[in-house]
Amino acid sequence: MARLIIEGLTKTFGAHAALKNVSMTIENGEFVAVLGPSGCGKTTMLRAVAGFDTVSGGRIAIGDETVSGPGVHVPPEKRRTGIVFQSYALWPHMDVGENVAYALRVQKVGAAEREARVAKALATVGLIDYRSRRPATLSGGQRQRVALARCLAVQPEIVLLDEPLANLDVHLRASMEEEFSAFHTRTGTTMFYITHDQAEAMALADRIAVMDHGQILQMATPSELYREPCNAIVARFIGAGMVLPAHLEGAPAAGRVSIDVLGHRAVVRCRPDTPPAGPVALCVRAADLSLAPLAPGRDQGMRGTVHRLIYQGGHFTADIALEGVGNSVQLSLPEPASVKPGDSVQVIVHDGWVIPEPSPAP
Amino acid sequence: MSLTASPKSILRGWGQDRLTFALLAVFVAVLSVSPLLRLLVEAMIPQGRMSSAAFERVWNSPIAWTALRNSLETSIGATLLALVFGTVVALIVTLTDLRARNAFIFVFMMPLIIAPQVMALAWLQISGPSSALLNLVGLAPPLGTKNPLYSREGIILLLAVEYAPLVFLTLRAGLRALPRELIEAALASGASRFKVVRSIILPLMTPSLVAGMALVFVSCLGNFGVPAFLGIPGNYLTLPTLIYQRLSGLGPTVLSDVAVLSIVIGAIAIIGIIVQDVMLRRRDYRITTTSMAARPFELGHWRLPVEITLWAVTLFAVVMPIIGLLATALVPAYGIPLNASTATTANFSFVVFQHAASKRALFNSFMLSASAALILTLLSVFLGYFIVWRQSVVLKWLNIAAELPYALPGVVLSIACILLFIRPLPWLGVSIYNTVWILLVAYLARFLVLGLRPVVAGYHQIDRSIEEAAQVAGAGFFRRMFTIVLPVMAPVAAAGAILVFLTAFNELTLSALLWSSGSETLGVVVFSFEQGGDSNFAAALSIITITVTVGLALSTLLFHHKLPQGVLPWRD
Repeated sequence: MARLIIEGLTKTFGAHAALKNVSMTIENGEFVAVLGPSGCGKTTMLRAVAGFDTVSGGRIAIGDETVSGPGVHVPPEKRRTGIVFQSYALWPHMDVGENVAYALRVQKVGAAEREARVAKALATVGLIDYRSRRPATLSGGQRQRVALARCLAVQPEIVLLDEPLANLDVHLRASMEEEFSAFHTRTGTTMFYITHDQAEAMALADRIAVMDHGQILQMATPSELYREPCNAIVARFIGAGMVLPAHLEGAPAAGRVSIDVLGHRAVVRCRPDTPPAGPVALCVRAADLSLAPLAPGRDQGMRGTVHRLIYQGGHFTADIALEGVGNSVQLSLPEPASVKPGDSVQVIVHDGWVIPEPSPAP
Repeated sequence: MSLTASPKSILRGWGQDRLTFALLAVFVAVLSVSPLLRLLVEAMIPQGRMSSAAFERVWNSPIAWTALRNSLETSIGATLLALVFGTVVALIVTLTDLRARNAFIFVFMMPLIIAPQVMALAWLQISGPSSALLNLVGLAPPLGTKNPLYSREGIILLLAVEYAPLVFLTLRAGLRALPRELIEAALASGASRFKVVRSIILPLMTPSLVAGMALVFVSCLGNFGVPAFLGIPGNYLTLPTLIYQRLSGLGPTVLSDVAVLSIVIGAIAIIGIIVQDVMLRRRDYRITTTSMAARPFELGHWRLPVEITLWAVTLFAVVMPIIGLLATALVPAYGIPLNASTATTANFSFVVFQHAASKRALFNSFMLSASAALILTLLSVFLGYFIVWRQSVVLKWLNIAAELPYALPGVVLSIACILLFIRPLPWLGVSIYNTVWILLVAYLARFLVLGLRPVVAGYHQIDRSIEEAAQVAGAGFFRRMFTIVLPVMAPVAAAGAILVFLTAFNELTLSALLWSSGSETLGVVVFSFEQGGDSNFAAALSIITITVTVGLALSTLLFHHKLPQGVLPWRD
């Protein structure tokens, strides 16, 4: 087990910068998920940490040792990492036991100890009876567990997981998530988990790093990411947040501040260092909004028109086009729906988050 | 375990694969590119002096012009005939509910497994006045008449039988990629099946057909065995046989002259490939969707007649000649009818145990083919690794260069090798010319792609993460190659090895020009038996090679299910 330090990491492929000055520290025993859309650079980062690719700038350290940096590149076979691949990458010509024992053989671990460690690793993932089976005869979930056991047997400093659940059926994912979680609790290994699925990241990780275009936008606990996104991109990406233009109306007090959002006054959460006035972006979610009956002249909320009702089973999602701006918001309505498409409505904001980072107009 | 990255360990970890890569690149460059460069130099600067004398001599030679015309006539004629034959068979086999499809394909593909000169020899046995088989049933033409196969038409027919399988293969691959929706949409529009074939399937198959035609044309152009067996007796020379005859003659200008002639063949082959490219560029034939193969057309009450016709034609073209060849091999002298009292195994024991050159040839061909197969397979596993998994740009170009010695007619490479090796090797001071080693080098250069293609297909099918997993487990480059990559690639590598072995074992074009006393190959000895009138010995030796090659091809059926589709031509 070791901490992983990434400092100012840069990776370019020709003119394309896949990683731009990325820094993060993963504490010993921590479970960190890197979350982002495909092409955001998260796989490039994993491959750099594993040592498959050299870096163009910056430094990677595992424990106290710099493994990638200016003039330094420790090859993957000397890094003491374990990887769980999306495709499992089990060796088809070896049985389960041989797959798990391979790295121990390479490291010239004696036969008796090797036996013991293979048996222990297989027992940990509940596959002790599958020792002499070929990977081809196993189910997807079992293969993934063999891949985990293969990692476990070498007691790596850090385990890298490259979208390990992407190839599994939906119903298998939940049980494998549980498996990873239990694995982490049991072994206390530092885990670095790459995924594009935010539900997966939220369920598993101690902290999540949200990546886009080769940069880390925010790294925080799942709850903090959801409740206090640092910019509009994170706000939209996590939990389907909606970003609206607003004006601050006064100084923050006890983490809350009064704002004007599209002619509607509301009190929302904010950082204590938020300035007392000026334009800001407000992050709201469906649960923060409700409809008010239309009352001309009185501020009952943001004015808009019901554009569409989408039946979700038991409730509707109402898509409401707001007046005066190009934005629309979604909120949840109980069945039977109180409005119909074309109705004028007012939307009340009960809660929200003032996005601290100045960002391009929403 | 320490994580310290000393400079030495970095060198070790990254050194093994870099060194391997550099060696591979140099080896392939030397093997594939240097002979052809040497040939170009010879044609332009013969014997070290700028001169167009060789070109002028060839230009003013009537025989060269006749050979050029003959080459074009036979190649174009055979290409068209093979196109018709291969297309009809591919359409019926792929689109209809023909029974015993795999058995039929294997028999139809046999000409690819049997050497062209052996097929020519076999056809001669069943068509001539002293054909043992025809005499057996009393249908032989009168003695004294010329065998009708000793002619332009005979060469065209034989080349077509030999290369129709190439059209079949490319068209079948194309038909398999054709989405069923395109056929079903046409049927739903009310088109009849013939109309669908004519207006939808064949037009969409233009790329496959054109590619198949180009392949057949280049193969016919470079074929030595068929015009050697069927053309030389009637003094009908094509460019490869002309080069062979010129090279047997003497004179100070011979090498420059044959260099020019082989460049002419190479140029025609390249023109053929360019024409193919131009024809395909004029229209868009891209098929966008992929889906399952179309449901077969039911032949209904036509099924049995179609099956009988296909089998009859194929048995007549492929199996009957081989039976005729066997009959010739079993009689004591040419022309004696085969029956229970005349049958003998004397010819076989003569070629295997008594005739010195024939004994050597069996040994040489086996050793050369096996060494080429072994070396090229190992080379291909490493080359394919760098080409596909490491995406090396250098090797991608060298991969294209490696295609050249195989894509160009064989005589071109033969002449290039003679020019390259006629003088002692630089630095070493030894000469491999007139030894068996020049043949091995030529085989390695020419058959590299045969070993490489299946392996490259294999690498494309397998995710590289299995190697990366071993790397993370701590295994160094060679350890990964030998414990992970080689075992996983074993089936495709074996398929490549068998393709190399079969082709080298059957080969005549290279050895006809490169052999020397002591380094005879089977092709050379069969050819000289036949030229000397010893057809019975030629037939016996040919039957032995057929047994070996067909046996090997059949052996692949044991592991064919582990191979990517299309790696073995004779297996679906």
